[in-house]
Amino acid sequence: MRRRLKLLGMSFRPTRAWALPLVLAGLLAGCAQDGGSGVQSAKLSMVQGRGKLVCGVDGKLPGFSFVGPDGRYTGLDVDVCQAMAAAIFGDASKVEFRDLNSSERFAALASGEVDLLSRNTTMTLSRDAPGGNALSFAPTTFYDGQGMMVPVASGITTLKALAGKPICVESGTTTELNLADRMREIGVAYTPLKFQTGDQTYAAYLGGRCIAVTSDRSQLAAKRSSFPNPEAHTLLKDVMSKEPLTPATTNADPAWADAVRWTVNALIQAEELGITKANITSKVAQAKANPNQPDLRRFLGVEGDFGKQLGLPADFVVKIISAVGNYGEIFDRNVGPASKLKLDRGVNNQWTKGGLMYSPPFR
Amino acid sequence: MNPLLRRLRSDLFATPADGALSLGLIALITAVAVGLLQWATQRAQWAVIQANSTLFAVGRYPGDQQWRLWLLTALLTAVTGVTWGLLRCHPRADRDGTLWPRNDRLVLGLLVVVVLWLPGALQLTPALQIRWSLLAALLAASRWLAGRFGSKLSRPMLRLFPLVWPLIYLIGMVLISGGLGLMPVSPSQWGGLLLTLLTASFAILLCFPMGVLLALGRRSDLPLLRWISVIYIEFIRGAPLITLLFLGQNILGFLLPGGFAPDRIWRAAWVLTFFAAAYLAEAVRSGLASVPKGQMEAARSLGLSYPQTLVRVVLPQALRVALPAMVGQFISLLQDTTLLSLIGLLELLGVARTVMANPAFLGHSAEVYLTLALLFWSCCAALGLGSRALEKRLDPQTLSRSSSQP
Repeated sequence: MRRRLKLLGMSFRPTRAWALPLVLAGLLAGCAQDGGSGVQSAKLSMVQGRGKLVCGVDGKLPGFSFVGPDGRYTGLDVDVCQAMAAAIFGDASKVEFRDLNSSERFAALASGEVDLLSRNTTMTLSRDAPGGNALSFAPTTFYDGQGMMVPVASGITTLKALAGKPICVESGTTTELNLADRMREIGVAYTPLKFQTGDQTYAAYLGGRCIAVTSDRSQLAAKRSSFPNPEAHTLLKDVMSKEPLTPATTNADPAWADAVRWTVNALIQAEELGITKANITSKVAQAKANPNQPDLRRFLGVEGDFGKQLGLPADFVVKIISAVGNYGEIFDRNVGPASKLKLDRGVNNQWTKGGLMYSPPFR
Repeated sequence: MNPLLRRLRSDLFATPADGALSLGLIALITAVAVGLLQWATQRAQWAVIQANSTLFAVGRYPGDQQWRLWLLTALLTAVTGVTWGLLRCHPRADRDGTLWPRNDRLVLGLLVVVVLWLPGALQLTPALQIRWSLLAALLAASRWLAGRFGSKLSRPMLRLFPLVWPLIYLIGMVLISGGLGLMPVSPSQWGGLLLTLLTASFAILLCFPMGVLLALGRRSDLPLLRWISVIYIEFIRGAPLITLLFLGQNILGFLLPGGFAPDRIWRAAWVLTFFAAAYLAEAVRSGLASVPKGQMEAARSLGLSYPQTLVRVVLPQALRVALPAMVGQFISLLQDTTLLSLIGLLELLGVARTVMANPAFLGHSAEVYLTLALLFWSCCAALGLGSRALEKRLDPQTLSRSSSQP
């Protein structure tokens, strides 16, 4: 029986959803014999065999994924893909990017067109559940949410200060509903000015017809960077909705999902430990020289077999950080102070600094 | 009175009402033109086009392999020049007898101006500027040479010459995709104008024979053939192109075992082909319907077989009638390629959208869209011009004139 299942698993492409149970059954049967060591994800083997990772991105989202003049993909979502490629191959360039629109992204993941979806996808219950889109979410890489932009000169710093003031909003969107809900909650009366398109909304705001404009914070920041005088506008600290943008894989291959999950965790953990692209070599040397730093040694793969447990090279963390840097560096470069978007870290900061970025321990 | 002034007066200011209308329209056109020019020269920031010109032209095609595209462009330029020259030195009833008619000189002059000015305005590197100048020189030289010595070519050579075009297409495919010793370049790296023209030309070339076959099938006496054609045409015409494109991209992955599904760019190109074939079939059918029944009967009674009748009598007349509708279909097919950006392919519109998402160029969508419009307009205008020339050539009146002349 075992032989036959394995045969089936080999003869069908593991990407097809209907073949996956067979493949997994074959692999499990195979592993039972080997005594549980070296569990290998079918997807991971396939990616390794192919020699490159296929990563689904938006491709048209400022700060998250776009093609630069040199033909190279750039952005926060793109860096997650490159981190994964670095973890598997030790080479961040072994990624093929595939632009996906929002309606086809889940189908592309389910049909195996892409191995990993790093496309500003909000994690929700129905997308996670087996009865819904049956995705498996990695840790969130960007906590977006609806924000409010005001001119610095207005002196407004809280939502309460917007009482009785006109606020520009795109009509017929969840943004409009969130605004109404939130303002009712805090008991602030305001005048909504509704517009059909985003362009009209921001034109009205720039024209001074309203004192504030609301949308997702990343989008507000992107729009702000195209204003004639970006420094004259600021985002309020208040966040009116939850949009945790999260990389995803299919439910069908938990071992692959684990590899992705811990690749993202490694980015976050590296920032917490102060390991950057610049100091990674000295940190490795330090870990090798000093046996009294077990946490660092395990994290960088000097001791232990964390890489092997995931089916990745032992020093996968070193490869990731040398390629793309830690989470903080990725954030700063793409959407933070070093970019045109100039978003502040806010909830995307490390948990030690009051944010939500928290990696479970590497042990 | 000056003849120009007289003509202006009779054309624009014949009556007071005419004069008022003309003045109003002139004022409107001037206002629009001045506004556009002011915007283009003072407010617009063309850095977004300058920095991304390679992206717009060929997408993410690897830089060290781009010489292959230059070679292809040079080949195309040379063959265009030679074809152009040969057409001029073998005058026919539908063309001027002169070797250098005024329009040709105008076009060549305009081309030289554009090639000398545009690369400089786009701040391309000197190496690229020189290449563009060389290409223009190549076009002029091959045009001149073919015009000068074309009349010395023997008749069989002239008859075989059009075969150069399909040959160039095949060579181009190899140059673009690699193989035969060239490093393969994955279709996922093709983009921009290259991808737009490639998918459009692929679909146009293949949908034509398919459309003719479908149209013949729809008028066939064999019920099975007829019904298959009808169902195919009506199914395709009943579904929006974007639906079919999504079907090709996403459902094919489920249906075909992995590895069998062609690359998604080819999937999209085939969907475009299948889609256009159905519409083309209807255009050809209208042409077939316009051929009087007597033509068929006369041909058969002369002893021609059915295929001979079709190929030599019916189809030439039908296709001539259907030509304007078919070219309209080709033009809309070229524009339909923009839908590929919705399935994540980086053709012209896809490149434009990703360029506009670059934080360094946010807020410059007007410049990008205007450039896109110009590019598409040039391609469609070229198709339209070609079709008009062909219509003139196939017009029965010019044909009869040419046959009456020795």
